[in-house]
Amino acid sequence: MNSINNQVRPDLQTICEWIQPKTRILDLGCGDGTLLSMLKTERDVNGYGLEIEISNIVKCINSGVNAIHADLNAGLSEFDDKAFDYVVMTQALQAVERPDRLLNDMLRVGREGIVTFPNFGHWRSRLQLFFGGHMPMTPSLPSKWFNTQNIHLCTLQDFEQLCADNNIKILQRTVVDRDHKSSFGMRLFPNLLGEVAIYRIQNS
Amino acid sequence: MPDTIPENSVGLVTSQTMHFDAPLALVCGRTLDNYDLVYETYGELNADKSNAILICHALSSDQHAAGYHSMEDRKPGWWESCIGPGKVIDTNHFFVVCPNNLGGCKGSSGPSSINPETGKPYGPDFPIVTVKDWVESQARFADKLNIDTWLAVIGGSLGGMQVLQWNIDFPGRLKHAAVIAAAPKLTAQNIGFNEVARQAIMHDVDFHEGRYYEHNTVPRRGLMLARMLGHITYLSDDAMREKFGRELRQGQISYGFDVEFQVESYLRYQGESFVDRFDANTYLLMTKALDYFDPAGDFDDDLAKALSKAKSDFLVISFSSDWRFAPERSREIVKALRENQHDVSYAEIEVSHGHDAFLIPIKEYLDVFGAWMGHLVKEVSS
Repeated sequence: MNSINNQVRPDLQTICEWIQPKTRILDLGCGDGTLLSMLKTERDVNGYGLEIEISNIVKCINSGVNAIHADLNAGLSEFDDKAFDYVVMTQALQAVERPDRLLNDMLRVGREGIVTFPNFGHWRSRLQLFFGGHMPMTPSLPSKWFNTQNIHLCTLQDFEQLCADNNIKILQRTVVDRDHKSSFGMRLFPNLLGEVAIYRIQNS
Repeated sequence: MPDTIPENSVGLVTSQTMHFDAPLALVCGRTLDNYDLVYETYGELNADKSNAILICHALSSDQHAAGYHSMEDRKPGWWESCIGPGKVIDTNHFFVVCPNNLGGCKGSSGPSSINPETGKPYGPDFPIVTVKDWVESQARFADKLNIDTWLAVIGGSLGGMQVLQWNIDFPGRLKHAAVIAAAPKLTAQNIGFNEVARQAIMHDVDFHEGRYYEHNTVPRRGLMLARMLGHITYLSDDAMREKFGRELRQGQISYGFDVEFQVESYLRYQGESFVDRFDANTYLLMTKALDYFDPAGDFDDDLAKALSKAKSDFLVISFSSDWRFAPERSREIVKALRENQHDVSYAEIEVSHGHDAFLIPIKEYLDVFGAWMGHLVKEVSS
């Protein structure tokens, strides 16, 4: 599910800072388990990752992370309401069939949700589409339009509209670049300058 | 027959027998006053006895999990794919123990053993044993081996059910648990298959109410039918199509009832060879143990409650084409473990082999299993 597997993940450190110690975490599309491994060490959490690729499950097991083989597109029906303190989904929202349904499911299963996604409203994407006239390919979105896993790309504005439509409250928002740095400019024009969006959300 | 023993095999092995004098009260209400358990071990027990792994076997297997009994053996033990030096269950690091379950026919007390009270084989008088009874007998077996805590208890199919039961009855006595191609209980369809198998055996004229040993007969046809039926359910539709298709033995249809399709020939062969190595009464007992297994039954039908006291971490593996113990059943186990916040990893391996896949060296399966076992190697090496 992860769209940018082999790069430094700018969003993970921020998530780590947002999560309270000794909480229960569900990581949707946990990849090789980097985040859960980090959270276990730094936050002493009890966590499970859902992952679709066996090769990633092997990596999770190697790093001592609980990985459960699952297809996010099948939903979270096997999970009870409020079974977790946080349901986290990094860089996978844009790759699922119905992000809206999964978001609602996340907030049913978790007290809070943390979502990160590549911001399609970033100036680099806008420039490529506007001047190049082609689907953007950026360091955050390295695939071609026909072979990308990212089938539901959105901008910060789109995401916030979806939250509003679904009575989802935004508790915290940060945008960062690939070096997980934020800047004054990014805080001023997040939808233009932020490459990766990180949201902490809750049902209203 | 191996000309030479492969390097990654445990090699030539012999079964050993342990006798028990303390009466074993069984779930069915009856008591076994004394009994034998036959078992095999591979690898060396370390000084602090911390590297012992218990292997629980499935319906028709036994204590011979790995290696060869003689150079004349056609095949190695049933889990040769996973047990051996350098293999997933690495005998260079672990002391691997596999007992034959009570009720078996390979040396542990069972229907074909002599009943000390009568001097004749038990036959149908051998008590019905359950998974819980097996685990109790395995715990006593561990006591006698001076193994207080198993590093891991591992099993596939009916063996996986024993692993779950260990976590319910003796949660402090195992550190890790692998439950492969198992289920928390059988479905009605599964019990149905078992019942057809039992009826086939019991309706054989040579069955003699289970006292066929005294009549010097064997309910061959019944046991053969039971195995043929079982075998179909252990394979998947796809696996049978790949293996046999509609291939004909003689190349053309002969419009008769002799063996014509390759699949018929294969099933008859499987059935016939099974009769030579397995006891019909044991088959009846083992299928009953499968049917009765429902640990949640004692906990308001709540599997999570049943497993709440478990202390080990878990690996659960299922196989996509296994319709006898389908991935959904494994996910029920994972859900129950997760609800208790137990450490668990789960993988559903995409294969066409059906239920028997757990015996086959499939790369992704061994990758997952091997990664998990890797932590155990570190644990005993440190």
